[in-house]
Amino acid sequence: MEAPSERDGFDAGRATDHIASAVTRPHYAGPTPPRGAATARSGWRRNRDTIAFLLFFASVVVGILGLAVLLVDVLSRGLPWLDWDFINNFPSRHAEESGVKAALWGTIWIMFLTALFTIPLGISTAIYLEEFAADNWRNRIIRVNIANLAGVPSIIYGLLGLAVFVQWWGLGRSVIAGALTMTLLILPVVIIASQEAIKSVPQEFRDGAYALGATKWQVSKRIVLPLAVPGIMSGVILALSRAIGEAAPMITISALVFLTFTPSGPTDRFTVLPIQIFNWVGLPQDDFRGVAAAGIIVLLVVLLAMNSLAIFVRNKFQKRY
Amino acid sequence: MANQDIKPNTAVIPGPRPFGRGRGRRLAPRIEEFAAVWVLRAAATVSVVTTIAIVFTLLRESFAFFQDVPVWEFIGGTKWTPLFKPSSFGVLPLVGGTLLVTAVAGLTSLTFGIGAAIFLSEYAPDAVRRVIKPVLEVLAGIPTVVYGFFALTFVTPIIRWFFPDANIFNALSAGLVMGLMIMPMVSTLSEDAMVAVPRSLRDGAYALGATRFEVAVKIVVPAALPGIVAALILGLSRAIGETMIVTIAAGATPNLTFNPLEGIQAMTAYIVQVNQGESPHGSVIFKTMFAVGLVLFLMTLAMNIAGQWAIRRYRNRY
Repeated sequence: MEAPSERDGFDAGRATDHIASAVTRPHYAGPTPPRGAATARSGWRRNRDTIAFLLFFASVVVGILGLAVLLVDVLSRGLPWLDWDFINNFPSRHAEESGVKAALWGTIWIMFLTALFTIPLGISTAIYLEEFAADNWRNRIIRVNIANLAGVPSIIYGLLGLAVFVQWWGLGRSVIAGALTMTLLILPVVIIASQEAIKSVPQEFRDGAYALGATKWQVSKRIVLPLAVPGIMSGVILALSRAIGEAAPMITISALVFLTFTPSGPTDRFTVLPIQIFNWVGLPQDDFRGVAAAGIIVLLVVLLAMNSLAIFVRNKFQKRY
Repeated sequence: MANQDIKPNTAVIPGPRPFGRGRGRRLAPRIEEFAAVWVLRAAATVSVVTTIAIVFTLLRESFAFFQDVPVWEFIGGTKWTPLFKPSSFGVLPLVGGTLLVTAVAGLTSLTFGIGAAIFLSEYAPDAVRRVIKPVLEVLAGIPTVVYGFFALTFVTPIIRWFFPDANIFNALSAGLVMGLMIMPMVSTLSEDAMVAVPRSLRDGAYALGATRFEVAVKIVVPAALPGIVAALILGLSRAIGETMIVTIAAGATPNLTFNPLEGIQAMTAYIVQVNQGESPHGSVIFKTMFAVGLVLFLMTLAMNIAGQWAIRRYRNRY
């Protein structure tokens, strides 16, 4: 099914266009490559090319379609249950009286404390690794270790928190034990994001400060940190938004409780949104599926808000050099 | 009245000297410098301490567990019934359940993830890539409890429509949805590896008259293979450690089977199950969590190390 002009063989003009456009692009994403005589002779190879293209494209469509179906499924089930009472009610045995108040406040508490612990720890570690640490075996261990920690399953952190914070430190199944566990879980992500932000500060700025006689700490404090803060903050917000959706490590800390109060201090018991949703999914009555979907909508709205905030912070404050 | 002290011939260049010692340096900044370095160094140690604490905790509770249950019964046993009498502690059904779900997820994400990666790296114009990639990456940001809900309420009914004898809780549903979850990870990492393949290789093949499909499958994929393997390994490691999808959709019946239509229990799902009731510290049930956690930790650690090794290999290649 090809045009007669193409069957004549190699089209020099098209080929050079193609090469020129490929050179200016970072990725090899050119239009149809030059069609040699061999291709033109073999219809099957051309058809196979088209079929393969459709299959590769279909894989992308499967991913996007999966996302769309998931969102439609959740929205169609959950929206009828979503109203102001749902935000303001405690969980109940009756589906129509159930709400996310305890879980929402628990999530806010956990996230607030986690941010409080994670931000100084993560930024300090990143500054140390990028600005101070020499390339010796001790610091290489720290780097490799952080990469490996990022791959440890979240429920393992839950077991760690249960053994260390809940039992050894005697914090009990409290908000503070949950927040400390969550801190350890997202710390590698925050460190890696902060390192990237610090790396993007141009070396000339540091050299200028050193030339004026600044010490390493002065350079870090007054030059690197202020310039890296937007990147660090967007990384921190993204890490926190991942933490909000984490149920597994919180289940081992809080256990699956049915709470009808909001935490009033860091030593109170708590539940979080994903645990509450998990509870509802597990209930036999069909109505609770709808309640669970409504809970998911609340969770997704919180996530969307945080991701938008991260993108806003990055675009608004980050400079390109 | 500091000005009165200045004499014309003490020509001191203003400002401290870079890293200078002695003359003109005040004490306070040096103390601050010293303190700052130690505070930062202490912060950096937290991550190392975390690793040590993870390993120590898992090992300590596991050793205590192996005082009660022989190691060989745990590793070789094919029955896992810790919560009933007579209790039996063979971990193989849990490992098998995890691996079954992971295999389904791996096949799903391999097929669609690599298809998507080839499309994005070899076919899609830049404008299309810039739209599709962020949309796919939204998939990676959705909480796993949401995927679990989706698997149970949407995918499972479809599976049961095709296979009426499938269990409500089955490994297939959990595996398919988990494949959807790790697909963006597999496709992004594979695409990175494909983009790193030098253009000269493609140009050579095009000059010989190859089609785009032939270039993609015979040139780019083989050249990027270590990266693709790494992507798959890291994706599977995520799948093994994933908790909520398998807990919600795959069931809580330890079952050593190759049939994905049956209900199973994954290792992570067992840990959640134990936490659904209060189990006192020091009880055998409490210790089983850590023994299962140790197996899980070792499996993911091995896969992560293998994945990082493969990534380093393809980075060094070109």
